[in-house]
Amino acid sequence: MRKIRAGLSAAGLVFAAIISAPSVWAQDNLTPNGIADDRQNAFAFTNANIYQADGEILRGGTLLIREGKVVEVRAGGEVSDGYFEIDLGGRYIYPGFIDIYTGYGIPELEREDANGAAENLFSSDLALNVNDAIRASFRASTVFSPVAETRDKFRQQGFSTVLSLRADGIARGTSALITLGDERASESIISPDAAAHYSLSKGTSTQSMPSSLMGSFALLRQTYLDAAWFAAQSPRPFTDESLEAWNRYQGLPQIMEVSNWQQALTADKVGDEFEVQYILKGAGDSYKRADLIKATNATLIVPINFPEAPEVDDAIAADDISLVDLKHWELAPFNPGILAAHDIHFAITSAGSGDDFLKNLRRAVNSGLPAQTAVDAITRIPAAMLGVSELLGQLAPGYLANFVISSGELFSEDSLLLENWIRGKQHVLVADFDDRDGRYQLLLAGVSYDLELSFEDGKHKAKILPIDDESESRTVTLELGNDLISLSFALEENGDRTRLNGWPVTGGWQGNGRTPAGELISWQLLRSGEIEAEAEASAQAAAESAEDAAVPGPILYPFVAYGRESLPQQQDMLIRGAMVWTNEEAGTLVTDVLVRGGRIAAVGDDLSADGVLEIDGSGKHLTPGIIDEHSHIALFNINETMTNSAMVRMQDVVDSESINIYRNLSGGVTTAQLLHGSANPIGGQSAIIKMRWGRPSSELLIEGADEFIKFALGENVKRSRNSASIRYPQTRMGVEQVFVNAFSQAREYGKKWDEYRSLSRSQRRNVAAPRRNLVDETMLEILNGERYVTSHSYVQSEINMLINVADSFDFNINTFTHILEGYKVADKMALHGAGGSTFADWWGYKWEAFQAIPYNAALMQQAGVVVAINSDDAEMSRRLNQEAAKSVKYGGLSEIDAFKQVTINPAMLLHLDDRIGSIRAGKDADLVLWSDHPLSIYALVETTWVEGIPYYDRDEDLVMREQIASERARIIAAIGREN
Amino acid sequence: MEPHMKNLFAGLARLLSGFIVIISGASAFALVPQPAADQSEPIAIVGAIIHIGNGEVIADGVITFSEGIITAVAAADDAVDLSNHLVIDLQGAHVYPGFILPNTSLGLTEVGASRATADFEEEGDINASVRSAIAYNTDSEIISTHRFNGILTAQVTPQGGLVSGSSSLMKLDGWNWEDAALRTDDGIHLYWPGLKTRRRNPDTFRFETVDNEEYAGAVQLLHSLFQSAQTYTGEPLNLNLQAMGSLFNGSAKLYVHADGAKEIISAVRFARRYPIADVVLVGGREALMVKDLLLAEDIPVIYEAVHELPEMAWHDTDGPFRMPYLLSEAGLKVGLGGGATGIQSQRNLPFLAGTAAAYGLDPERALTLITKNNAEILGIDDRIGTLEVGKDATLFISIGDALDMRTSQVLGAYIQGRDIDLFGTQQQLYERFRDKYSKQVE
Repeated sequence: MRKIRAGLSAAGLVFAAIISAPSVWAQDNLTPNGIADDRQNAFAFTNANIYQADGEILRGGTLLIREGKVVEVRAGGEVSDGYFEIDLGGRYIYPGFIDIYTGYGIPELEREDANGAAENLFSSDLALNVNDAIRASFRASTVFSPVAETRDKFRQQGFSTVLSLRADGIARGTSALITLGDERASESIISPDAAAHYSLSKGTSTQSMPSSLMGSFALLRQTYLDAAWFAAQSPRPFTDESLEAWNRYQGLPQIMEVSNWQQALTADKVGDEFEVQYILKGAGDSYKRADLIKATNATLIVPINFPEAPEVDDAIAADDISLVDLKHWELAPFNPGILAAHDIHFAITSAGSGDDFLKNLRRAVNSGLPAQTAVDAITRIPAAMLGVSELLGQLAPGYLANFVISSGELFSEDSLLLENWIRGKQHVLVADFDDRDGRYQLLLAGVSYDLELSFEDGKHKAKILPIDDESESRTVTLELGNDLISLSFALEENGDRTRLNGWPVTGGWQGNGRTPAGELISWQLLRSGEIEAEAEASAQAAAESAEDAAVPGPILYPFVAYGRESLPQQQDMLIRGAMVWTNEEAGTLVTDVLVRGGRIAAVGDDLSADGVLEIDGSGKHLTPGIIDEHSHIALFNINETMTNSAMVRMQDVVDSESINIYRNLSGGVTTAQLLHGSANPIGGQSAIIKMRWGRPSSELLIEGADEFIKFALGENVKRSRNSASIRYPQTRMGVEQVFVNAFSQAREYGKKWDEYRSLSRSQRRNVAAPRRNLVDETMLEILNGERYVTSHSYVQSEINMLINVADSFDFNINTFTHILEGYKVADKMALHGAGGSTFADWWGYKWEAFQAIPYNAALMQQAGVVVAINSDDAEMSRRLNQEAAKSVKYGGLSEIDAFKQVTINPAMLLHLDDRIGSIRAGKDADLVLWSDHPLSIYALVETTWVEGIPYYDRDEDLVMREQIASERARIIAAIGREN
Repeated sequence: MEPHMKNLFAGLARLLSGFIVIISGASAFALVPQPAADQSEPIAIVGAIIHIGNGEVIADGVITFSEGIITAVAAADDAVDLSNHLVIDLQGAHVYPGFILPNTSLGLTEVGASRATADFEEEGDINASVRSAIAYNTDSEIISTHRFNGILTAQVTPQGGLVSGSSSLMKLDGWNWEDAALRTDDGIHLYWPGLKTRRRNPDTFRFETVDNEEYAGAVQLLHSLFQSAQTYTGEPLNLNLQAMGSLFNGSAKLYVHADGAKEIISAVRFARRYPIADVVLVGGREALMVKDLLLAEDIPVIYEAVHELPEMAWHDTDGPFRMPYLLSEAGLKVGLGGGATGIQSQRNLPFLAGTAAAYGLDPERALTLITKNNAEILGIDDRIGTLEVGKDATLFISIGDALDMRTSQVLGAYIQGRDIDLFGTQQQLYERFRDKYSKQVE
């Protein structure tokens, strides 16, 4: 969300549209092959039902157009001189549709072969950005060329204007606004740089960076900083046409494509950081959290590519379809309607729906999207987004004469788009449409037959109805045009055919023809009424669409199995008589715990409190929530590839819809540090979350928690499993140099900024600010004690090394994680003040883990290190209590000390021990009620609370299983009915 | 001669207070424990909670064994002649049959990520003739870590391809593979091809599940192999077909590895088209969905995916934990294997059984999954799997419940009566650094 309100109305003011807008876009300098052929193309469409910008229909009106523009829309049928009258006979006129997200006429880039399994560390050697995914200098207008086949498909769906972009790269350059007439490219483009485009996908770039979503966000941020710095340099220190273009096109509408609603929120947040309000091209799933999307204030571009019904006939295969996919199948058509109900402004694109666009749009209208909003979303709103509200999107004087003629109201099921007029030129979509479908009497050689004439799928069809109960209907081969009709049929099964030709007359047709015997005969076909079945069907369709309009299944928080229809509420409660593992001096004892307002209010015997829920804990164990110091659950991506990836932020890629959050809760886990992977010596910045199941990622993050970063050593950062790897470092020797270099650079960086900041205001005017560098800034935070290091580590030499590096730069390694040979240098760790977060008994899965021993945790603890047991694994994290028990088995820790290794110790390592990790008045009520001793394999979690909110409860879980089963059965049955 | 007492557990109190007790003397560092000598005198373990392995428990029992064979299993008040016996009083500790680990590459690999140590998968689709026993490395560092948790027998199994070769049952103590073999070539392993396969989409870079185009061809290849093997005359010599003779003469079992419901159906129907007496399903993640077929065909399951995530978000959160219970309740014979995890983590086999106990099964019945049932499924129940007279004295002692990591403390173990050394490299390293830090603290 941008603080400055930038909704629909603001979209137009952010730039001045570069519209080369003479009255007619004729390429005047083009020499015709022949003689000049300039025309006025002045037409008056009378007897028309004209859709107005306010959603009203002007009935029986007249539309006047000339030279490709609207001259006037008037009530009544008066036609001025010089206009050729076209009587529409009650047909409908709508403004031509605008598709704001297409690739029409823009060739795609070929993906070059990647450099084997080796990293591709540099961009192609052009005077462009250092990252090939920044293609800001690309202009779609420079490669656009009309493609008749694609153009016809757009026209068929009613589009007269499209925005064409090349969907490739994170910065994609500019799109062109193009009308879909038969003009040449130079005349078709009405705005060569209509919008600037972005995405989070690097497209065909083969450069290794970015290889992750958080890398894309980081690149985006760095490019904003680079561009601003570059613009301030005079003369430029080097040539970078990408940054030049990036800056040049900041004034255009900025359109960001995302893959889901969570990305939309994060992208919007990044935009806010740089005071950019993106228009968000979504994926049709925003209904899942429309409230949050609304809060961004962004306008959206919404696809209507509703998923096909999943294949459910095979019961075994159907089990592999997720509840999310089943529900999305059902709810996707409701997305536009739900967005509209939330007062979100959006355009609708045919991207992804193609030839089904109109069909799907009708379905959206039947599923709660107001018809006027639907029309606006393909006319006025995209025009406003692109700042061409004075030119496109409605039918008013001076606007382009872009409109469609429909046989009926646009969204009624049997309406057809008949013509698409683009810049005053007619394009026939359905030739020879005739709405004379119905029941007819065929008089043929003195015999009368009943005949049904219908118009289906753009074609006329006819059949002769059975004469009596014994006989069957006869298919008629029919050709029907405005002036001509021909029919042929066999009156008896396998009989020879009668062939008839004719012309229209009042009430039908008549003509001559030949019998099977070749005799010339006369015939008449006269309308006798409606098709009976049709009347029935349309009544049924109306009933169905009314049924459609109600959202058929609940939206879940989160939108995944075990999500709830509403979030669970915080409970004030008194848990009586449980064996309480306080992790405080009181130790483990049977007592009472009072919780109020999400905090522990009191711990003690015989507590009483009015109006709170009482929970009988007798025979059970109550512990603090488990804290997993090292986890990768609930992340869209884990690893970025740069040797120093300090700029990436895991909080950009937290997936609040991950089922592993719920599974963690079922194992008593309430907090986890979500770490970057170990592909690089310096990884990304951690996200520390609580398992607030159902809340969006921004609300999972622990407010005010200290900032951490992941480092890694050894085999993974050397890319030992990739024999093709060329990335520095390839040895532990190089790993040390990476750190020394990174911290030295950061110091230099800090000095440069200190010097700059020490300048007076006037001095600063003569000096450009140093370039902001997100890598150096992050490293500097470490040196300044504003960010803490968790370092993946295995063998003793590298542990020792990193301690020495840290000492030499005067900071501490906060935590060594994995730290499987920590037992060999635990005394040095203790002296340095580093904690150890390790596995209970993993070992030997690679060479550097070969001397890992399950006594590691006990030995490090013995040497005075704060020790945690972590999971690094979505499955094992829900059994961390059992992993802690192994510290009793291997090394004989006391049970209390062992349990601390998954509670208060990791809380200390995360600097959160004042808030979580023990049961003491004032701390967060992150609690777990166990059926048995919490170190025992027989212990089951009964309830897990985060801040007094029961996010997991075993009894409720059993109920939810039933609900999931019945919801699946309901949707699968609905799919069965549809098929 | 009077029974003579050996206070094997003088350090019991110390152990309970948190220090490990080392039973045998420390070996030289960096060498795996020395194989134990043959049982030299009759041994009687008294004062023990004896878990027979068949679901029964003797609360205060006596077990005696001589020359590697169990000679008595009785309640304390039964009169058992202990003369000549070395008597070990457990003071209420537990005795279990040695746990049996099916379907493992133990001894065939040391560090999975290091190719030079990988001896578990031969090149090619059809490798019926290869034999795991001869590659089994008795000096593997991993073996002693398994013994430390009570795993005393392993079915060492070649992997990969369609027919991976012959497994062998190995005692986890011995000077060399020949000495360590309990039963060689107990079965041939068939890895049923998947109907679907995971593939990286070259356009989207995402993994997706697609139809396995090689499925039909692979099934045809298998039929051709089994048809030729069934009718093999010895002419011309064909080592693969010759090896498969053991399936048709009943000396080896056919282990079919399959997880998906459809694959299980196809694999079982395949196996039943040939005259093979014993067929075992290994894996069986979706066995419950086709339980009626497995019941009708009398096919037991070695289930492995206990400590796994549910396959789908909507599945029961504790589904994999409960699966051994559900399969057992369905009437199937169920064993547990460790093949779903890396070999270094397979030492946690007892805790898979413990999980099965926490999620539905009676604890003694859960124990049978890795004792009696595994022995029966692997066809070695005449020798091991339960503590019964006449069977091998392959057993171990734990202070507490060996299925619960909170209480599992293995004090001693015997393989065919031989008192094996539990003090492995990990214990040596522990002791070395414990001593170092103890001195520093002082």
